[in-house]
Amino acid sequence: MAAIELKGVSKTYPGKVQAVTGIDLAIADGELVVLVGPSGCGKSTLLRMIAGLETITEGTVSIDGRVVNKEEPAERDIAMVFQNYALYPHMSVRRNLEYGLRNRGTPRNLVNERVTEAARILEIEQLLDRRPRQLSGGQRQRVAMGRAIVRQPKAFLFDEPLSNLDAKLRGQMRIEIKKLQRTLKTTSVYVTHDQLEAMTLADRLVVMNAGRIEQVGSPTELYDRPQTQFVAGFIGSPPMNFIAIADLPEAEAARIAASAPGVAVVGIRPDSFSFAEGAPDLTLPASVALIEPVGAESHLYLTWGKQTLIAAVQGRPDVTEGQEVTLTVAPTKLHCFRPDGQRIDKR
Amino acid sequence: MVENRPVLDFICHLILIAGVVVVIFPVYIAVIASTHGPYDFMSGLIPLLPGSQAAENYSVMLGTGISSSGTPPLWPMLLNSLIMALGVAIGKIVISILSAFAIVYFRFPFRSLAFWLIFITLMLPVEVRILPTYKVVADLGMLNSYPGLIIPIIASATATFLFRQFFLTIPDELLEAARIDSAGPLRFFWDILLPLSRTNIAALFVILFVLGWNQYLWPLLVTTDPGYYTVVMGIKRMATVAESFPQWNLVMAAVVLALLPPVIVVIAMQRFFVKGLVETEK
Repeated sequence: MAAIELKGVSKTYPGKVQAVTGIDLAIADGELVVLVGPSGCGKSTLLRMIAGLETITEGTVSIDGRVVNKEEPAERDIAMVFQNYALYPHMSVRRNLEYGLRNRGTPRNLVNERVTEAARILEIEQLLDRRPRQLSGGQRQRVAMGRAIVRQPKAFLFDEPLSNLDAKLRGQMRIEIKKLQRTLKTTSVYVTHDQLEAMTLADRLVVMNAGRIEQVGSPTELYDRPQTQFVAGFIGSPPMNFIAIADLPEAEAARIAASAPGVAVVGIRPDSFSFAEGAPDLTLPASVALIEPVGAESHLYLTWGKQTLIAAVQGRPDVTEGQEVTLTVAPTKLHCFRPDGQRIDKR
Repeated sequence: MVENRPVLDFICHLILIAGVVVVIFPVYIAVIASTHGPYDFMSGLIPLLPGSQAAENYSVMLGTGISSSGTPPLWPMLLNSLIMALGVAIGKIVISILSAFAIVYFRFPFRSLAFWLIFITLMLPVEVRILPTYKVVADLGMLNSYPGLIIPIIASATATFLFRQFFLTIPDELLEAARIDSAGPLRFFWDILLPLSRTNIAALFVILFVLGWNQYLWPLLVTTDPGYYTVVMGIKRMATVAESFPQWNLVMAAVVLALLPPVIVVIAMQRFFVKGLVETEK
């Protein structure tokens, strides 16, 4: 277990392609940090630089207070779980788990002890003599995690480990990973493009876009106070609605601009809409285009001017498709952004 | 394919059977001929039914050989062929799997140039480069020796290319996982690449063994000492005798005996062979 510190880390590929630019990030001992962002945002590259699978163009990566830029992955004492599991297909599960320990010259009895322990934690004892191809996706995932656990490394690195599983299993494994990390208290960096996975897993969330960090914070912080329009749009499902201030009636626009000077775009979470009218609220007359019941709540797709807004309401809404409604939003629920996408904190 | 059309079935089988007959018939003639006495061919007609001399013919070939053509008994020649075929097959596999490993997994200057240089040698079979190769081997004093028989034909662009293509299908994550598991390049090669290449190696071994066994021109050039004659060139020597008729019955017995080892190798490794050629699952 160890803290990981990134200072000004950049990666430039041949041909001057900047994959990652100037990343500063300190990951505390025992913390589970999730790197999240759209594909191509550099999150995997960053993880692979921590792992040592990718060279670092600029900046330093330190693990446990030691700069590891020049060290091989094995010397950094980290373990990685890959998206396609990367189990050795010709070895039994037991051999897969043992392989890293054996290469490190761990004594036989200690190897057995660790393997037994990891198999017990992950409930794969009865699979130890099978080959990876005889396992289901979820079981392979467990073995891949087992391979990380047995080593008792300084840090776990997860590279989209659940992407190849179906939705139900993904939910299950997500909980298990979280539990496991809580039990083992091993510093972990987890990469995903799934914001729900990111929200539920993370102690701290790092939202990345175009090779840069957009915002770092706890999942609720990021949800409640997104610092940029990108984060606001990326975190939360269904996504936040954005309305250009120019599209609002002048009186409303002026009122919002008064409390947040320089505002260009307002963001409204789908669950911030209500149909009850109140005096200071922003009102938007709209028509219901489509109702999507998703169980406990319903998603309403509403046409407002030329734009489609999404509202999430609890239970079954008492509106029908095609009906005209007035949406209202309390001023406290508005997120205001400048033209460059930065958040404006309202007075 | 699933349709049941008797006429089409009949034609298909006819073509297949005709093909098999065309291939089998010469072999059959060889086997039959090896069971007759030396004078049964004088009439110019080849008998189509087995004769009674099989035991004598084979024991002569294995025991004394045809002394008039200056060839030794068959045993040592079979042994020479075996050494050469094994040497060529194993050598080619070792060299080509190592070069493919280097080309696929290491970043070194002029890597793609190295690959293309190897690839270009496909255009230069032994026959094309035979004179310079002979000169080199002769200057190195390797005439009439096993290394002289084996080493010059050991480099194989085809096998290198096959292994390269196979290595390219192995996911990068496997290498990365191995790196994290403290496996250096050689350990990765030994523990992971080699076991995964097993079926490919088996398939290649069969092909290369037969190729090595059937080498004719090269052994003919570099061996003048009967102690290093291989069986294929030995047969040629038996068939060309001056001022008398070749003893076809004995020659054919030698042919049949020479045929056996490759057949045994193919049959024994058939399972791996087919698997290696068709297997896609990693």
